[in-house]
Amino acid sequence: MSPSCCSNAACTVAGQRNIVLVGNPNVGKSIFFSSWSGIYADVSNFPGTTVEISRGKIGEDVLIDTPGVYGVSSFNDEERVARDVILTADLVVNVVDATHLERDLFLTLQLADMAIPMVVALNFCDEAEALGIRIDTKDLEDQLGVPVIQTSAVNNRGIKEVFAALALARPGISHPEVEQATTKLLDRIDTRPEALMVLEGDEVVAERHGVAPENDRERVYLLRRQRANKIISAAVIRPEKAARFRDLLGQLCLHPASGLLILGAVLWGCYQLIGVWVAGDIVGLTEEAIMQGHWEPWIRGLINPLVPESSVLGQILIGEFGLLTMTITYLLGLLLPLVVGFYVALSLLEDSGYLPRLATFVDRLMTSIGLNGRAIIPVILGFGCVQLGTITTRILGCKRERTIATAILNFVVPCSAQIGVIAGMLAAVGFMLSMTYVAVIFTCLAVLGTVLNKVIPGQSSALLIDLPPMRLPRPTNVLRKTAIRSFFFMKEAYIWFFAGSLGVSLLQVSGGLKAWQNLVAPLTEGWLHLPKEAATAFVMGMVRRDFGAAGLTDLTLSPWQVVVSLVVITLFVPCIASLMILFKERGFKEATTVWLGAWVLAFSVGGLLAQIVL
Amino acid sequence: MSLNDLRRGQSGTITNVPDENLRIQLLRFGIINGTQVRCHCKLPFGPVVLKYGGQEIALGREIARQVTIKAAQ
Repeated sequence: MSPSCCSNAACTVAGQRNIVLVGNPNVGKSIFFSSWSGIYADVSNFPGTTVEISRGKIGEDVLIDTPGVYGVSSFNDEERVARDVILTADLVVNVVDATHLERDLFLTLQLADMAIPMVVALNFCDEAEALGIRIDTKDLEDQLGVPVIQTSAVNNRGIKEVFAALALARPGISHPEVEQATTKLLDRIDTRPEALMVLEGDEVVAERHGVAPENDRERVYLLRRQRANKIISAAVIRPEKAARFRDLLGQLCLHPASGLLILGAVLWGCYQLIGVWVAGDIVGLTEEAIMQGHWEPWIRGLINPLVPESSVLGQILIGEFGLLTMTITYLLGLLLPLVVGFYVALSLLEDSGYLPRLATFVDRLMTSIGLNGRAIIPVILGFGCVQLGTITTRILGCKRERTIATAILNFVVPCSAQIGVIAGMLAAVGFMLSMTYVAVIFTCLAVLGTVLNKVIPGQSSALLIDLPPMRLPRPTNVLRKTAIRSFFFMKEAYIWFFAGSLGVSLLQVSGGLKAWQNLVAPLTEGWLHLPKEAATAFVMGMVRRDFGAAGLTDLTLSPWQVVVSLVVITLFVPCIASLMILFKERGFKEATTVWLGAWVLAFSVGGLLAQIVL
Repeated sequence: MSLNDLRRGQSGTITNVPDENLRIQLLRFGIINGTQVRCHCKLPFGPVVLKYGGQEIALGREIARQVTIKAAQ
């Protein structure tokens, strides 16, 4: 094996086989993964990246899920990670979409050229059948030289059969010309997959072997594409069907007028789900009734005889910002329902195929702030959690776009937990004042984007995106994704909540909080026209944004003061967890600029508004 | 003419993609010289959405302008 292997997350001990799931985005790989490995999957970041890799066990063997890619190469981080995992594979399960074979076969043939033992799962077969697409599986098997099994993973069909076929996996039939060129390299490079990568000009793999990359990528790709087209014309019959309902729906999402209506409806739906139902009804039940009504009195009663609330330790444990009272209440009563609600909405949007259409729809608008439509995805994710959005800026084409998108996320986009609290406070001040808040934030977004687009040199890349068919999301899949994502989010977040409350409690006990309030009083009272206690919210906001917003709910504020304070807390610095990600993703200089800039932006805009309205 | 000049519902055959990176990416999606594509829809001043086989992709204006085609009929 090459020395690169053991710097790899996919490295294994002797006797274990690496079984790797490979496929284009949205082909249903993860269903195979979870039904084979059960729930005991280990999700971790691939070393040196923020791309997540799921690893599970099948008996003695390791099952690894890779990010969805259109080919094995290095156009972006996902592809580089998929490439490195595939290079360690002993066996590949290639999941392909039967309704999109033209696209998916390219990757299949590339895997065949690597000569890794392989099984192909022909997924969405029921859907292909409904569309009148007829696929000659036998012919496909003959042409590829590997077992091809029809499946419909969402209906739990064929998953067992693919598993049984793992025993029959064998290297696929390579393109003769590509095979010849690849084997020629084997005197210098140990394995066929790596030799193919070098042949296709992959610089990283070439460097690992101390050879110069070949310059044959385009020729090899073209041969492969022609072979894919030939296989398809022989094995697939696709009828010219008249527009079906979901084609029509897909088209309506893109039409200027109906697209806007649909976008409006989607946003309204999300608002109803997260802003009204979860943030209102559910949180009312979990935070007030359950946590504040039952949990807090119970834990106070339990702790008070041992550690009196008036003591320093008592303050920290069960006081106003207590670790066992407020922190637990916020985490379980407020944050958890909001995060779950947000991930349900996001998973629904993802599985329906709406997101790429939204990206296309808003492309024109995004280009005016130096981004392309694809950037709507990190921005939407940012409305869930700014950390998540910042990480997802990796899907953007160039450094310039990532800088702009990251700045927008960290300056103006409030996260779901914060939105919940903000929506609750805005509900009390009426429609006109709420709209003022929204208008101020959007103006900041437009101005910020336009300025960055003017100031940052270079040019942003244009949109190129695959539009998957519109599909009705499956409840089980949505719930599974939501459960996994919420779990990992909470796992990351809880520690910061405890750290934050501990910090604020210590400040309060030591008198630091009063000192801080007095220190910034000229700013809070004089410039923002807010009570000086609002300064506490800023301290809390540095720890977690929603924490800051929640800190405002305890103050007695006039309606306009509510608007001003919400503008400040929205534009305020990102939470500690986001700041860490910001440092990691964008480096010291950019992260510091954003953090300091947020102070300036939040207080200037909030202050200007206060001068006008208060 | 370029992809950008296609009207909605009109078909054309790809004749040249000058940029290598773009050429490779389109190739993976199944578009090479000679591929027949149909303009599925077009957003005002925005992307062009192409349909070919069972596939649908959206290309920003800047990209669509680079790709030369021969219109059908």
